[in-house]
Amino acid sequence: MAELQKFVDLTVEIITSDGRVIVGLLKGFDQTINVILSNCHERVYSENEGVEKMSLGLYIIRGDNIVLIGELDQERDASINLSEIRAAPINDITRR
Amino acid sequence: MLFYSFFKTLIGHQVTVELKNDLAITGVLTSVDQFLNIKLDDIRVVDDAKYPHMMAVKNCFIRGSVVRYVQLPASAVDTALLQDAARREAQQPTTGGAHSISR
Repeated sequence: MAELQKFVDLTVEIITSDGRVIVGLLKGFDQTINVILSNCHERVYSENEGVEKMSLGLYIIRGDNIVLIGELDQERDASINLSEIRAAPINDITRR
Repeated sequence: MLFYSFFKTLIGHQVTVELKNDLAITGVLTSVDQFLNIKLDDIRVVDDAKYPHMMAVKNCFIRGSVVRYVQLPASAVDTALLQDAARREAQQPTTGGAHSISR
């Protein structure tokens, strides 16, 4: 079973089906990969400016909309200067 | 369940998963489940200049429904065996697999 239990209470980065990047503490999940994130924020990437952080709070993200859940390495994340990153937003999954 | 069993034999190998949003991620396959959700360790985004979004992520869980391709090392696959198993599966499919969830 590709368990998410290992990620509970860790900071995770979630990529959603519309291409958003959401970072928060994983508190819970279920079989359909519905997910509960506490203290989360969205990282908005742009080609012209640095990454913008938008605070969100406590979220449930429905599993249908989840592409990927990454375990965020706090050390590596601290060493990244988000204001210097320029990148296009991630595509949505229905690109055709 | 055929491909679930097939992917289980690939645990420990390095694979590249291409997603429907065009993101491609290389990593070691550590886990797979009945929905073909995939866990990869030690990941590297294929075009990391274009996708710096995951610079701080070393391990990830990928939802099976968003996978477009899984690129495998040819040496890790017994294609004759796989072909054989698939032929048998086509003749008499086992349970509906992931579709048999009741809602």
